[in-house]
Amino acid sequence: MSERTVELEIQRYDPEQDDAPHFQIYTVPYREDWVVLDAINYIKDELDRTLSYRWSCHMAVCGSCGMAVNGEPALACHTFLRDCPDRIRVEPLQNFPIERDLVVVTDDFIDKLGSVKPYVVPKEEKDVDDGEYLQTPAELARYKQYTACINCLLCYSACPQYALNDGFVGPAALALAHRYNLDSRDVGRGAREEVVASNPGIWECSFVGACSEVCPKSVDPAAAIQQTKIASTGDYFMSFLMPWTRK
Amino acid sequence: MEIIDTDVAIVGAGGAGLRAAIAVAETNPSLKVALISKVYPMRSHTVAAEGGAAGVIKDNDSFDNHFHDTVAGGDWLCDQDAVDVFIHEAPRELTRIEHWGCPWSREPDGHVAVRPFGGMKIERTWYAADKTGFHLLHTLFQTSMKYPSIERFDEYYSTDLVVTDGHCHGVTAIEMRAGRVRFFRAKSVIIATGGAGRVFPFTTNGAIKTGDGMAMAYRAGVPLKDMEFVQYHPTGLPITGILITEGSRGEGGILVNKDGYRYLQDYDLGPPDPWPRKKAMELGPRDRLSQAFWHEQRKGRTISTESGDVVHLDLRHLGEAKINERLPMVRELSQSYIGVDPVYEPIPVQPVVHYTMGGIDTDINAATGVDGLFAAGECACVSINGANRLGSNSLTELLVFGARAGLGAAEFVANGGAGSDDGAVQSAGRAAEDRVLELFRRAKGTESVSGLRREMNEAMEAGAGIYRSEDSLHACTDKMQELRERYKNVMLTDKSNVFNTDLIEALELGSMIDVASAIACSALQRRESRGSHQRLDYPDRDDSAFLSHTLARYSATNLPAIDYRDVTITRSQPAERVYGGAQK
Repeated sequence: MSERTVELEIQRYDPEQDDAPHFQIYTVPYREDWVVLDAINYIKDELDRTLSYRWSCHMAVCGSCGMAVNGEPALACHTFLRDCPDRIRVEPLQNFPIERDLVVVTDDFIDKLGSVKPYVVPKEEKDVDDGEYLQTPAELARYKQYTACINCLLCYSACPQYALNDGFVGPAALALAHRYNLDSRDVGRGAREEVVASNPGIWECSFVGACSEVCPKSVDPAAAIQQTKIASTGDYFMSFLMPWTRK
Repeated sequence: MEIIDTDVAIVGAGGAGLRAAIAVAETNPSLKVALISKVYPMRSHTVAAEGGAAGVIKDNDSFDNHFHDTVAGGDWLCDQDAVDVFIHEAPRELTRIEHWGCPWSREPDGHVAVRPFGGMKIERTWYAADKTGFHLLHTLFQTSMKYPSIERFDEYYSTDLVVTDGHCHGVTAIEMRAGRVRFFRAKSVIIATGGAGRVFPFTTNGAIKTGDGMAMAYRAGVPLKDMEFVQYHPTGLPITGILITEGSRGEGGILVNKDGYRYLQDYDLGPPDPWPRKKAMELGPRDRLSQAFWHEQRKGRTISTESGDVVHLDLRHLGEAKINERLPMVRELSQSYIGVDPVYEPIPVQPVVHYTMGGIDTDINAATGVDGLFAAGECACVSINGANRLGSNSLTELLVFGARAGLGAAEFVANGGAGSDDGAVQSAGRAAEDRVLELFRRAKGTESVSGLRREMNEAMEAGAGIYRSEDSLHACTDKMQELRERYKNVMLTDKSNVFNTDLIEALELGSMIDVASAIACSALQRRESRGSHQRLDYPDRDDSAFLSHTLARYSATNLPAIDYRDVTITRSQPAERVYGGAQK
């Protein structure tokens, strides 16, 4: 009996040699417990040393192996062969420049992540010898969901707004800004608003929700963006009703 | 070769590297920090730590307790002055991370919550559900963005330290996007590259944990210390080796064999009840639990599956609500990767290589014997972990000693840094570049990277696993010497300059073979059993001969030379490790 196999149709691109990306087909063994990343690692080790891609943890927490699998942004380490057809198309994440093969250039995201001031801005500095800030489980629960982002960029790949407008801060960075805004230890919302509320993309985000659908960690960036819009709109009207609240 | 001048070059941007960078930036904002990593910081393997970070904070606990737990857990191979530094600085470091935004799990009144962990007498492990490392890493990464003096060089693979006359002058690294070697000329260097679990075939460690920093320091003349001590975590998922946190036993999970029997009671860890109970049964130390599995397997009392022999980790009695609150990732990982929902079924688990206790020889200030060179985190060996690290001490360790490395490097630069003979330094930098170029341009070669790596992995498991012997270790060291020779004929297929992972994996393999050789030789020479190092032919601990640290020194041609240094003992004389008993 011949062993069951699957075909991987992988997009290749080496900027030193290729004018344009092209596809290469590899046949690999089928294993019930394999994820797409295992199949790609098999190719790398047994068939083709020139294939380039990122990976590390193999447990869906480091966020390295985002790729488009059959057109959908996915973590290769969390997409099982058993859930795929016998021919699997693997491409780099959409909406990013391709560096090589399945490796995309993520500089834009990294810059945007930093732009939202993703750290606690305390009301006043507290000495470590004075102990921790108190934060009740209910206060933690307000923002906890938005701490779960692994920066895998699937949401940017899925986002129609980011595809049209690369000035858009984007789902993951906005969700992170929202996470700190909701944290009881933080008073930095005003400073973050300068980046967030003035960003052209946020008001055009149409609540398609593609970002939340592809998120492997159920962060729900779409909800974060909608809540941010409501809060920013509230600030805008408050600034007329109560001008002394203007930041 | 492009030269990038900086004050402090930090290699590795996981927990230890980020903490060190922030320490430099806060101590002296005028110092330039180059934070160099082969991956983006949030991909670093700190991200995968689950259970928590130990630090004394509650009224029912004391520094003495944490000290004695750690020293006994390490089978008296810890340096006790280092442990004292560690336990005293731990709560302040954990509080600092709290101030920086880490979403620690909380008690109803808003204070940070703690959970029990293996080998710890009192519950003192701070946790953020079961994603503590993930939250700690992201908190550090995001906080690091506050400091303009920290410049990151993401996806730069470091290849060699530039050392002349006992002074470290920087590090060479390949900019992966461009395929070019850069020389980071620095007044001091901190290595924070993590462990080397990938020298073994079955490990919780991510692909990046290839011991690069250990190997760089080793080749540059710093000894690797206590490398024979490799921790097997008792509860990994079959096939993938994905970690199921000790926190699941901290919350009350139990381990049973094929008869549904809590077998740990047969290995001086019982009695089984009352449960849960600190420092007993499933909350014994990791070395003892993994060794108990090995014995159960030989008695035929483990469960045979297509994925090898397993025992069952049973969490069902915790109930769905508690599992969802405290162990959400365990549930998700178990459901995804082996199709088992721990709310309804026990999780099959096996021991899996998890942590390298050994590493770059440093003092309690994270300084090595080379001027201007520091190391912290899993790549370093201070040693606070001795022969067996207690769970939840490592996240704390990377904070405490990451900060110390940053302070030490900043002070070293303030005092003038490493004096340099520029000509010698530049030629050393060029020699490092030539090493890479020779490999890249090599026209002839017969060995493949993946083939040699597989042989190394298999030899390490066969020869230097949970139980070892003179014969198994001799075979292993011979094999490593053979692989070092054959590595000289390794051949790259990929000739592109852009993100060439064939090249990076070849360099990683070179590092791993060196590190594996140090592990095997150190294990061969230690003719006793202590902590995670168990010799079938020398089953007892031998304090008269081996109450000492192993130092493996690199040789370009031969196996490493091994010598020893006394363990620092201040207030805890070696005694029997006692777990179990009926105490509550």
